[in-house]
Parts: sequence; structure tokens; C-alpha cells
Amino acid sequence: MTNLLLEWVIKTIVILLILVTAVAYVTLMERKVMAWIQMRVGPNRVGLGKFRLWGLMQPLADGLKMIFKEDIIPLQANQWLYVLAPALSLIPALMTFIVIPYGSQITLFNHTIELHVTSMNVGLLYVLALTSVGVYGIVLAGWSSNNKYSLMGGLRSSAQMISYELALGLSIVSVLLYTGTLDLVEIVDAQRGFHGLAWNIFHYPLLILVFIIFYIASLAETNRTPFDLPEADSELVAGYHTEYSSMKFVMFQMAEYLNLITASSISTTLFFGGWNGPSVGRLPYLGPVYFTIKVFVLIFMAMWIRYTVPRFRYDQLMRFGWKFLLPASIVNIIISSTVILFMR
Amino acid sequence: MVNYVPVLLILIIAIGMAAVIIILSRFAKKRRPTHEKLMPYECGVEPVGTARERQSVKFYLVAMAFLLFDIEAVFLVPWAVVFRGVVQSQVYRHLKFVFYGEMMVFMVVLFVGLVYVWRKGILEWNR
Repeated sequence: MTNLLLEWVIKTIVILLILVTAVAYVTLMERKVMAWIQMRVGPNRVGLGKFRLWGLMQPLADGLKMIFKEDIIPLQANQWLYVLAPALSLIPALMTFIVIPYGSQITLFNHTIELHVTSMNVGLLYVLALTSVGVYGIVLAGWSSNNKYSLMGGLRSSAQMISYELALGLSIVSVLLYTGTLDLVEIVDAQRGFHGLAWNIFHYPLLILVFIIFYIASLAETNRTPFDLPEADSELVAGYHTEYSSMKFVMFQMAEYLNLITASSISTTLFFGGWNGPSVGRLPYLGPVYFTIKVFVLIFMAMWIRYTVPRFRYDQLMRFGWKFLLPASIVNIIISSTVILFMR
Repeated sequence: MVNYVPVLLILIIAIGMAAVIIILSRFAKKRRPTHEKLMPYECGVEPVGTARERQSVKFYLVAMAFLLFDIEAVFLVPWAVVFRGVVQSQVYRHLKFVFYGEMMVFMVVLFVGLVYVWRKGILEWNR
């Protein structure tokens, strides 16, 4: 039992360390991608001592700067809720990564290690539940700041998030019809074979539509453009994080990028075969490499969309979520179940 | 059941991380609170009125609608997980269509609910 506990602790700490570094570098990636799409260069000066290092130390510099900024808590704000809200946003965002499989099995120091922290039989439902809890952080932030802009931004943002959570959940139901299990480890295991290319999206082509709905809903769920009206800089000041400064603001940003990484990871697990890829049976270390590449491509797509498309007005956004995505995902469930009923 | 212990583990570690971040920022900053910095932000002017006024009822209606369709999703998930197994098994061959049809009836009833909400205009204006 202690062996198991030790294994869990080590895996969790490794995953969290990798995640925190990943979030920091996703912010740098965002700025670089934004820059190149806008035909400029982006941060390329922050290095180490005399070496430029192409700006790779930028996230470290930003992090240090944020720690030393003044931490202002407005007098009128509800003190406890104000401090609790960013934590309530960050903690569920961190917790989703223990059910995602990063690889099959590797042998290290004579131990066989499975590359997932835990194999829950309701893994997918757990991830959805945590996404729902993340909404609390936003609505509490908006309310406790005691600022009209924050409150409106928080309410709008949370209304947007819950509306798109429906489309998200129902498109996951469509995938479940094919996979027959909620366990993410089993979902990825079922996508082995055919030289590592038996991904769900090739095996069941109808899932392409479901993937599009899922991806759009997850962009709206993580408040990314074109759905980022509640937190865009020129609308409603900065929405629910207007009154936050220094590390609490950093926690909100971290939670947002973690949500983006989570959404991309779940997309690759459900649709693109997770850690599967050519010759991953012979070289199990390739598992995490393929997984990282796929998640990276999806994150890049999200950023690409962000810097290409103008943002939706709020009523357009809600109308799209309720009148188009929700019926579309319901219709997808009906079509998928009919296909499974009659064929095979 | 023992598979769920890592959830507790990562909850504790994540709470610890959040606490460390908050405490770090409390002690590593300059404390120079001025009146302007502590006031709620309203584009540089004195705030007019309190932020605790009534908000629109549209948000409440959207939350209610979300609740209803989320309950539908809760019923759909277990059905979807066992659907393929039942439909492709030999044991329940004669119940295939019943299994499928029952859930379709359920979904049609909720779809009618969506149409009702749509026609009543809850998904309109600021939406």
C-alpha cells in the first residue's frame, strides 16, 4: 500500500511540475504565435545573463514580476470570498490531469510504471464535474469584487460557460456511444492497432462532426476568443478579474491556460488516440511524445483561431450556444445511436 | 475504490499550491495602500451607486434551463455507456429497439422542452 501511495505521490508531483512549466511556456507560446500571426516577432530578448536565448526566460521574468507586484484588496470587497475565488478557479483546473493517460507502460529501474496516475472508471465524468466547479471561481470573483464591471463580467462569463457545458457534455455522450466506457485509459487503449493510427476519428468518421462541436464548445468553455467577451480588454474593463492584482491574477491566468490544456488533452484522448502513434508498441517512450505533439497542435489551433477571428457579441454567443450547438449535439447523439443500432 | 485516493492527494497538493501562492504574495509585496488604489475601479471616477443592485433575471432563467438539460445529460450518460454492449450482444437481441426507442422518446420529450423554451423567448435578447 505504501508502495502504491509513493507511486501516486511521485507521479502527481511530476505531472504538476510539468504542468506548471507547461502553463508558463504556453503563455510564451501564445505571445509568440500572436506576434507571428500579426507579422511581428514577439518577446525574444529575455535570456540568461549574457545569452539572449530567444526569449525563453520570459515566463520566468513575468512570474517574478507578478510575485513582487502590490497585492491590493479593495476595501469594499468581501475579503474571504475575494481570496477564495482564484483558488477555487485554479484547484479544479489542476485536478483534471490525474485521469489522463500519457502513455502505456514503461519500465524504469526494474519497475513497470503505467503512465497515468489513476484509472478511474468514471474518468470522463470526473473531468466534466471539475469543469463545472470551475464556474464557481468566476462567479465568486465577480461577486466579491464589489465592482459593477466585475459582477456583470462574472455573471456573463458564468452564463456562457454553463450554456456551452451542455453542448460539451452532450457531444461527449456521442463519443461514449462508440467507446462504451468512461475510463479514459480504456478509451485510449481501444484506439491501438493499425500501426498506431486506429484513432477514433478515423475509425468512426461521424466523430468528425462531434469533434468540431466539442472543440468549439471547449473554446467557449475556457473563455477563449471568439468567445471571450466577458474578459476581453476593451469590453467591461477586464470582466471578472478587474480588481485582482499580482498573484491572484496569475492564478486566474494559470487556471485559464490549464483549462485550455485540459480541453486539448481530452480532445486528443477522445478523438485522436491519446498517446497512440506509429511504432508506440516497440518504443513505449514515444507515447508521451505523441501525446504532447497532439496537444500542442490543438493548442496552436486554438491560438490560431484566436488571432484570426473577431469576437462574438454576447447575444450572438448565447444564441449560438443554445440554438445551434445544443440541437446539433442532440441530433448527433440520435444519428450516432441510429448508426450503431443498424450497422455492425 | 482505491483508485480514487489520488483525487484526495492532488486536492491536498493543489490546495497547498494555492495557499503557498497566496501567502507568498502577501509577504513579498510592498504595502502602500492609498485611497485611490483601494476603491473599486470605475474608469477613474468615483463609483456611482453600489454593485449590489439587482441583476437581470435572464441569468437565472439560463441557469434553470441549463439545470434541466444537464439532468437530461445525466440520464444520457449511463445509457450511452451500455448502449453499444446491449445492442451488439446476443442476449438482448430482441430488446434492441426497445432500448433505443425508450431513450429516443425521452430525448424527444426534452427536445419539445427546448422548443418551448425557444418559443417563449428565453433564448433571446441579451442572449
